[in-house]
Amino acid sequence: MLWNTLLLALRAIRRNLMRSFLTTLGIVIGVAAVITMVTLGNGATQSVSDRISSMGSNLLMLVPGQRFGPGSEGAAKFKTADVEAIRGQIGAAKHVAPVINASATAVYQAENWSTSISGSNDDYFEAGGWELASGRVFTESEQRSGRAVCVLGETVREKLFGRQNPVGADVRIKQFSCEVIGLLKSKGQSAMGTDQDDTIVMPLRTVQRRLAGSQDVGRLMISVHDGASIDAVKEQLTLLMRERRNIGESEDDDFQVMDTRQIAETLTGTTKILTMLLGAVAAVSLLVGGIGIMNIMLVSVTERTREIGIRLSIGALEREVLLQFLIEAVVLSSLGGFVGIVLATAASIFLAALMGIPYLFDPGINLLAFLFSAAIGVIFGYFPARRAASLNPIDALRHE
Amino acid sequence: MSASEPLIRLKGITKTYGIGQAAFQALKGIDLAIESGEFVAIMGHSGSGKSTTMNILGCLDTPTGGSYEFQGVHVERLSRNQRALLRRYFLGFVFQGFNLLARTTALENVELPLIYRGDPAAERHAAARAALEHVGLQGWEHHTPAELSGGQQQRVAIARAMVSRPKVLLADEPTGNLDTRTSEEIMDLIGTFNREHGITVLMVTHEPEMAQYASRVINFVDGRVEKDQRNRGEI
Ligand SMILES: Nc1ncnc2c1ncn2[C@@H]1O[C@H](COP(=O)(O)OP(=O)(O)OP(=O)(O)O)[C@@H](O)[C@H]1O
Ligand SMILES: [Mg+2]
Repeated sequence: MLWNTLLLALRAIRRNLMRSFLTTLGIVIGVAAVITMVTLGNGATQSVSDRISSMGSNLLMLVPGQRFGPGSEGAAKFKTADVEAIRGQIGAAKHVAPVINASATAVYQAENWSTSISGSNDDYFEAGGWELASGRVFTESEQRSGRAVCVLGETVREKLFGRQNPVGADVRIKQFSCEVIGLLKSKGQSAMGTDQDDTIVMPLRTVQRRLAGSQDVGRLMISVHDGASIDAVKEQLTLLMRERRNIGESEDDDFQVMDTRQIAETLTGTTKILTMLLGAVAAVSLLVGGIGIMNIMLVSVTERTREIGIRLSIGALEREVLLQFLIEAVVLSSLGGFVGIVLATAASIFLAALMGIPYLFDPGINLLAFLFSAAIGVIFGYFPARRAASLNPIDALRHE
Repeated sequence: MSASEPLIRLKGITKTYGIGQAAFQALKGIDLAIESGEFVAIMGHSGSGKSTTMNILGCLDTPTGGSYEFQGVHVERLSRNQRALLRRYFLGFVFQGFNLLARTTALENVELPLIYRGDPAAERHAAARAALEHVGLQGWEHHTPAELSGGQQQRVAIARAMVSRPKVLLADEPTGNLDTRTSEEIMDLIGTFNREHGITVLMVTHEPEMAQYASRVINFVDGRVEKDQRNRGEI
């Protein structure tokens, strides 16, 4: 019975080639979209956490507010004096780098390039894992007086100087001219996929005075001596900052101390949300595919009901008719699911390479998308048939 | 004619469509006995219950009341599946509207009952080809209904009904959609099955010319059998 019914199902598929094709296509597109989106999202998350863990585990970041990223503007910034306080009171702190960010266009002769400028101290290079390709970092007096000197990232060098050595040249930034004293070795892309070499570093005071126009410090980077307990340092930092920022016993912190793991979590949290969003968008396409299938099935329900009537009238059992429709639905939706998976795998590998993120095969989402598509096929292919097959043959034949 | 058990016996068959106020009694108690090998024409004005009776005889529909015995078996007591098997092994249908599977070749249409019966492929093909040849359609095996004339489609339907060698052929206005010449060809064909293969034929028709082919004519009026007579000049 199974073999014969399979034959009947395959004949029915062949007989309604266009309908079969459209049904399958709806599933292919839905499955491929969901799998591709989720796979790429997973790859992006993975690449972010890879890069952050390569930053090393002895780095702490002190940021104002309770959230990293947008939304932290409300809380008070840090002060230059915080740096000295941390240096003085937390013995395990190896480097303490205050950071303030600004963006500006740098001009050299006929070239100009808009980039991000960080104001900090010499510790910035050590804590951030920067090495010099040539030149030097800031002197004590340059930092104190806020002289207009700068260290260029590789990308800025390339845009303004081409292959020339920039050290000793003067770059114009806004209204002042700035002497290039050093060049950073390239670090490549950041965890978030931005170009880390697209940067200019200047003394903190220089940026505060000439670009930001305030005494604020946006965040603090603190590296901890090897062997020291990160958690203990975090604790000390929290206590110290609560005291310095006059936070009462019952009040919550208005700043946050994060280690690399937490930074990774915060950043990958964003890409995870993004993955979920993309997945949701793709799931909608799977749903739309499903509705398309439902539409195709409903349009053909009259014809198929009469077909069922014909089959019943020549002596088919109800269960044979149902099995045929079930096989049809399963064959089409698994075929669609299979093609969708193959397509998604090809697209994911290609796009992952293009985006420079790892390709991670996720069996869960493949299985889920496949099962969902099969369910759609079966629901929309099988259940209308079940109604028709339970009719009196004559009612099925007369259906209109 | 066997004096004991007719092939088909209807006793007080009623059929009511709808319920309550809208209820309509299409059959008001049909009593009929049909012997094996008969060629019966059923006539009557439109709405007199001919098709309703045919559908009940063919197990395509269930009566509201009364008893229906087929070879002594009470059909009204059979399950849905048993009635399907009765259709599969004992009954063949020909409808006014042909009821062939669209976009399916003549051969595959004719094969269909044999697939459900579980015949092996080779036998099935041979039997279907032979049935098509029998109705004069050799060479048309791979044409779909859309590529066939009405008469040819009805031949395919007859081949499909006969390929499983049923005991009874039920035909509801088989020539209703066909011109006179084609109708006569179809009637000749049905007559041949009746005479040469001993198949019992029950046929609804509006045309007295077609009823001429039958050995017995039953007249329906308003859900009752009014006249039941033997054709003297059998063809
Ligand atoms: N499914 C149905 N629901 C309600 N009433 C029905 C149904 N089928 C038939 N009837 C009614 O039952 C009566 C008998 O119908 P039937 O089809 O048996 O007539 P008929 O003798 O075959 O007529 P015709 O010669 O026009 O085919 C008609 O009055 C019809 O309106
Ligand atoms: Mg009728």
